[in-house]
Amino acid sequence: MPSTPDWINEPLAVVQGLFASSQNGPSSEWEAKAVEFFKDRLKEKDAHTWVPSLNDVPLHYLKPNSLVKFRCLIQDMFDPEFYMGVYETADPATKTKELRCGKYRDVTECGVRQQVDYNSRNTVTAERQTFYCVPIPGENAWVKDSYAGSSQARVVPSTSYAPSRQKRSYEEDDEGDDMDTQPQKQREPHSGQYQHGNGDCKRLETEAPSSQVGSASHLDLNFPLPGEKGPSCLVKVYEDWDSFKLNDTLEVYGILSVSPALSALADEKDASSSFLDPSESMETAEEQRVHSPPASLVPRLHMLYAKMLRHNNPLLPSVPLEDNSACKEELLSSTLRDMPSVRTELLSFFTHVLLGDALAAEYLILHLISTVYSRRDVLPLGKFTLNLSGCPTAASFTERLYRIIQQLVPSSFYLGMSLQNMNRMRLVPKKDYVANRLVSGVLQLASNTSLFLDETQLEPGQLDPTGVSNVTALGNLISWQKVDYDFNYHQMEFSCSINVLIASEGRSLLPSDCQVHLQSQVPPPHMEDYMSSIPLTAQLNKLRLYLSVARLLDYSISDEVTKSVEDDFVDMRKDDPQSVSADDLHRMLVVARLLSLSLGQTSLSRDSWHRAKHMEELRRSRVEQHKSVNGNEP
Amino acid sequence: MSSPASTPGGRKRGRNTNPSTPRSEGPTSPPSQRRRGQDSSTGDLMPMPNSPATDMLSPSAPQDTSLLSSPRPSVQPTEVDMSSPLMYGTPMRGTPARQRPDLGSVRKAPQVDLHSDPPRADGASDSNTGQRLVIWGTDVNVGTCKEKFQRFLQRFTDPTSTEDENAGLDLNEPLYMQKLEEISVVGDPVMNVNCLHVQSFDAELYRQLVSYPQEVIPTFDMAVNELFFERFPDSILEYQIQVRPYNALKTKNMRNLNPEDIDQLITISGMVIRTSQLIPEMQEAFFQCQVCAYSTRVEVDRGRIAEPAVCRNCNTTHSLALVHNRSAFSDKQMVKIQESPEDMPAGQTPHTTIVYAHNDLVDKVQPGDRVNITGIYRAVPMRVNPLQSNVKSVYKTHIDAIHFRKTDQKRLHGLDEEAEQRLFTEDRVTTLKELAAKPDVYERLSSALAPSIYEHEDIKKGILLQLFGGTRKDFSQTGRGHFRAEVNILLCGDPGTSKSQLLQYVYNLVPRGQYTSGKGSSAVGLTAYVMKDPETRQLVLQTGALVLSDNGICCIDEFDKMSDNTRSVLHEVMEQQTLSIAKAGIICQLNARTAVLAAANPVESQWNPKKTTIENIQLPHTLLSRFDLIFLMLDPQDEAYDRRLAHHLVSLYYQSEEQMEEEFLDMAVLKDYIAYARTYISPRLSEEASQALIEAYVDMRKIGSGRGMVSAYPRQLESLIRLAEAHAKVRFSEKVETIDVEEAKRLHREALKQSATDPRTGFVDISILTTGMSATARKRKEEVAQALKKLIQAKGKTPAMKYQQLLDDLRGQSETAITKELFDEALRALADEDYLTVTGKTVRLLA
Repeated sequence: MPSTPDWINEPLAVVQGLFASSQNGPSSEWEAKAVEFFKDRLKEKDAHTWVPSLNDVPLHYLKPNSLVKFRCLIQDMFDPEFYMGVYETADPATKTKELRCGKYRDVTECGVRQQVDYNSRNTVTAERQTFYCVPIPGENAWVKDSYAGSSQARVVPSTSYAPSRQKRSYEEDDEGDDMDTQPQKQREPHSGQYQHGNGDCKRLETEAPSSQVGSASHLDLNFPLPGEKGPSCLVKVYEDWDSFKLNDTLEVYGILSVSPALSALADEKDASSSFLDPSESMETAEEQRVHSPPASLVPRLHMLYAKMLRHNNPLLPSVPLEDNSACKEELLSSTLRDMPSVRTELLSFFTHVLLGDALAAEYLILHLISTVYSRRDVLPLGKFTLNLSGCPTAASFTERLYRIIQQLVPSSFYLGMSLQNMNRMRLVPKKDYVANRLVSGVLQLASNTSLFLDETQLEPGQLDPTGVSNVTALGNLISWQKVDYDFNYHQMEFSCSINVLIASEGRSLLPSDCQVHLQSQVPPPHMEDYMSSIPLTAQLNKLRLYLSVARLLDYSISDEVTKSVEDDFVDMRKDDPQSVSADDLHRMLVVARLLSLSLGQTSLSRDSWHRAKHMEELRRSRVEQHKSVNGNEP
Repeated sequence: MSSPASTPGGRKRGRNTNPSTPRSEGPTSPPSQRRRGQDSSTGDLMPMPNSPATDMLSPSAPQDTSLLSSPRPSVQPTEVDMSSPLMYGTPMRGTPARQRPDLGSVRKAPQVDLHSDPPRADGASDSNTGQRLVIWGTDVNVGTCKEKFQRFLQRFTDPTSTEDENAGLDLNEPLYMQKLEEISVVGDPVMNVNCLHVQSFDAELYRQLVSYPQEVIPTFDMAVNELFFERFPDSILEYQIQVRPYNALKTKNMRNLNPEDIDQLITISGMVIRTSQLIPEMQEAFFQCQVCAYSTRVEVDRGRIAEPAVCRNCNTTHSLALVHNRSAFSDKQMVKIQESPEDMPAGQTPHTTIVYAHNDLVDKVQPGDRVNITGIYRAVPMRVNPLQSNVKSVYKTHIDAIHFRKTDQKRLHGLDEEAEQRLFTEDRVTTLKELAAKPDVYERLSSALAPSIYEHEDIKKGILLQLFGGTRKDFSQTGRGHFRAEVNILLCGDPGTSKSQLLQYVYNLVPRGQYTSGKGSSAVGLTAYVMKDPETRQLVLQTGALVLSDNGICCIDEFDKMSDNTRSVLHEVMEQQTLSIAKAGIICQLNARTAVLAAANPVESQWNPKKTTIENIQLPHTLLSRFDLIFLMLDPQDEAYDRRLAHHLVSLYYQSEEQMEEEFLDMAVLKDYIAYARTYISPRLSEEASQALIEAYVDMRKIGSGRGMVSAYPRQLESLIRLAEAHAKVRFSEKVETIDVEEAKRLHREALKQSATDPRTGFVDISILTTGMSATARKRKEEVAQALKKLIQAKGKTPAMKYQQLLDDLRGQSETAITKELFDEALRALADEDYLTVTGKTVRLLA
């Protein structure tokens, strides 16, 4: 590993250098130059792995004002703020003045006995935007570990820190045991070594998972999912902030700022002055706490460069696929070749997991690679919500199933639809006007997160108004792939792409695109043996890669196949007009699309179409048998 | 002037004669692009013989020395410093000036940095120009500016004004002189000035106003007061007139505010989300010496009071105590506004801005109001901690409000066409008009509606007409009130025929749409409910979907699953277009001029063609008759249709976005088209059209009369008129013509054919919808009742009979099948005649 270059350790020096040289010369484009400089550096081979990541290095091991990266989701957008882009410091004693650059920092810097000259004519006011970012909600442990493992950042440990690989492996072994007893624990994302530093604390927490109050966090960090951990961050964006959207996932490269002066709570407030000082009275205590939390808990990150993440699978190169086509071709051709074989492997594994039901396994694969690829007026195309009915309640089947999915997809969340959960949980994000922030809810998820709804937990009982609105929100999510955020005076629609899998006994009370009734080939007593086998890591990685790649493939239908599909539909309608509706055609087209993609084919072949049709027929005949299980039929 | 000291302090603002000694400037305004003169004059006393009376705008800080002269009369806290009875050089005879904290005269230089050299560049330019003296840091010459504004006030006319504020004024006379007259009569010393007027009158003056509001507005104040007291020397005002400019041309989106706007006059729109309590802000502190009772006043300087350490009278140190009730305060309120949802780009959260309202603007707005705020954009640095040399390099921004204008105020009173007025660019209007001129515009628009949904042409046309709506007519003069202009549509049919999708589309298309599901909505959710505000303990009325979609469309899915209770509130809304509330002591009538687009599934999940609409969806006929159009969305079973459908769907899945857009009109164009037509076009019936309507109605009545059935009621005539008007609107035509009536007739007939066909006879029978029963069915019921009566009479003198036996007897006797329902109905009919009574399983004869 090469030693950490200066531009990672002292990025501000680079910025100041560029700024200073621009003051002498005629060039005024220093800002663009600075951004270019870091972009170029990061493009170098492996350069991005040298940058320590906030996700897996605890904050107190990171050097203030050094370059760090952060894999995150934009949870909230604060108001833009004005800052001193250029300011002048003056030394009252010597009367010397110096111009300094205020970009990429929170606090003005002065030499000894120098003062910021507010009245200087050279001061330039500039604008920047603040985003509140949290780690990607529901990111699974294997993703975090894998990212952390690939990092080559040399974190200079402080004295008490011993980077312990042994401990890590110990933890991993541990997980196997934990899983049986503690399904929630899986949902707590591991922020890599973060927790290894204080092993004792972690131990305590696994024993008492209900107490989510972390060591020092009386502060609500506003994570979308309960039980999440990891740092959240105030990311300051200097250009192009309109291109970012809420719930975007990013990898931010920026300058870490943890100056204690930032904390509003650290300021001593004397009552009399706050009464008179206009700048004090306009913010409530809540608002201050949210907008200027202690930097030790919520560090500030001054963005130099951000990469939109189309996926958060560490096994796939994170470079945007369209960037270097050569690499893409190579990757595509190699994976495409392997796809059919991997698919077979995955199918047999799922068949095994789903108690020998091969059809359900097929549909599960299709579900996992589905994504909303386009929207036509209000209609989201490509979504494929699966309702797996007939799930046995015994042997915690649903939880085990979820744990397996968790091992395969980068981010996921398990929502037990118990009455209590539905009545109490906040699913839809809501604007809190007192603190002036968007209070997150479970449905504020990144694109392509797997949401596992366990309806087997639902019992008869009464839903209160919260419960009703929660169920409505879930229904809207499934039907339209959108969530209406509650802004008190109005609602605002945010479109999303969340893969919803509903496990239920009968037909689900929620709408779904496709219902498969599970037919267990296994007598209940042997169920456990079936469920507990998990493939080896190498094999798992192949499956993980497969699922992520299949989702990113392009797809088309040739005119010729279009024709035959049309013919087919007309024929089907001729035979039995009652049973085949436009909705069925919609579904069949989605199934055919996903089936082709799952086989690594980027266009629909007649073969796949017939296979899709056949699958649908099988599934429908199965659903027919189980009709009228409960009253939720349309 | 008795003594120089009693002259209200030399405010910097007024000292345009003295540009060479600008006070050092503090960061009230962060150094943006300009420098400006600041008013800070603590301890700076200067008699200025020729200073214009700008001092009225400030709490005219009396200096320490002023207290040597006459004792001041005690003043009321809000009317600060009325100590000087006469303003020097002004004709305002005792009318006190009221300070304008909105202009920032109180919030002054937070830091006076004596060490730094005051920049002199601007000052130099002043002296170079010699005569042309300007306020330091600006290019405003007070004298010229004042003159210009007075000329503006005296001369400006706006013959084409449509503003409601100018109602009752003679548009050909100078507008603002009339306003002055109004002020003298009403006594409300506030003058609102439309910046657009200033701009059209004198662009240079406007530029100065926008760029240097802090200096120019006081000059305006001065000008208007001089003018006023010249004209109305006898009028008495509470305080001097204050000028409130509004509608600065740059009506900005909150998102576009940037550092260049600091200290400029801006107008932004938004929604109030929070207001603080009233904050009494101390303007001036009153100190009294504990030893000798000598008193002194200290002006509050950037939120701090410099407590005098030594009494000037007796030289005792630290003997002065603050006397609160003799200090001067002004009202202040913090208002938070948020971007309106319409202004927001998708996928982002709304921005918020802090606004300070001062004095009488306090409590002018409530949370939830949509407002246009005109004010001065400010930025102040974060509080400086003297112990730290490193400070946060961030400014706090806010707006000092000068003028509030509620944009939704008029909604409460009635028509709000103006508030809805959308700004269409010339180009857009031309495009829209070109589109309207095309002969097939109706078809084009209807096919552009929800392109992802296949066919159902007539339904789309119906919805299109609903989107345009009829013409509003007001008959309240003659006592009938408003006629409903909104078209209500019910879609019923098989599940899976994309009804919900259509509803979603409409909901996304109209600006004020609401989408609810019958399953999830309660009566209060639709109408309004009263709740107690947890903070203020006040009862507040929370409006539901129907009220929120006033002037829009309320989409109700799963209409059939709605509880009866909920549905009953729709009766009033769907015909009277109002909503009466009587709850928790709040009795009111809210406007709910909403069009209802509802979707219902048949009770038996599949549509039963052997049954009537009513029987299929089990909705009360009273409600059904309020729908103008009822469409059945059935699955047509026909090969050609299937093929087209398949093609449509497949192409949906593989065509690229661009290809689709070529084929269909853009959703944005459609939106604008509808908005334009709704705002500007209000067609009236032409002579021929009325004739055609009359004929159509008579024809409809005739169809049924031959068979003893009625196939049309006045409600249907009204529907026809509405539809015809809407169709004329689609054509951008101000006149309803025969073709409009033809299309209305056709569409109405189509809908009727689908929904009001008697399955027994195959004829269209409107009474299915109006009475819930077809005429044949009613006839049949009567027959059975008569047969039953005969049967009972034949039985002779049995006062009581078994129910079951009677049914069997009747069945045996009748040649047609008698269902139990039919039998029950017959019994009920006889019971209504007081012929018999049914108790449990026994039937008793009466009389």
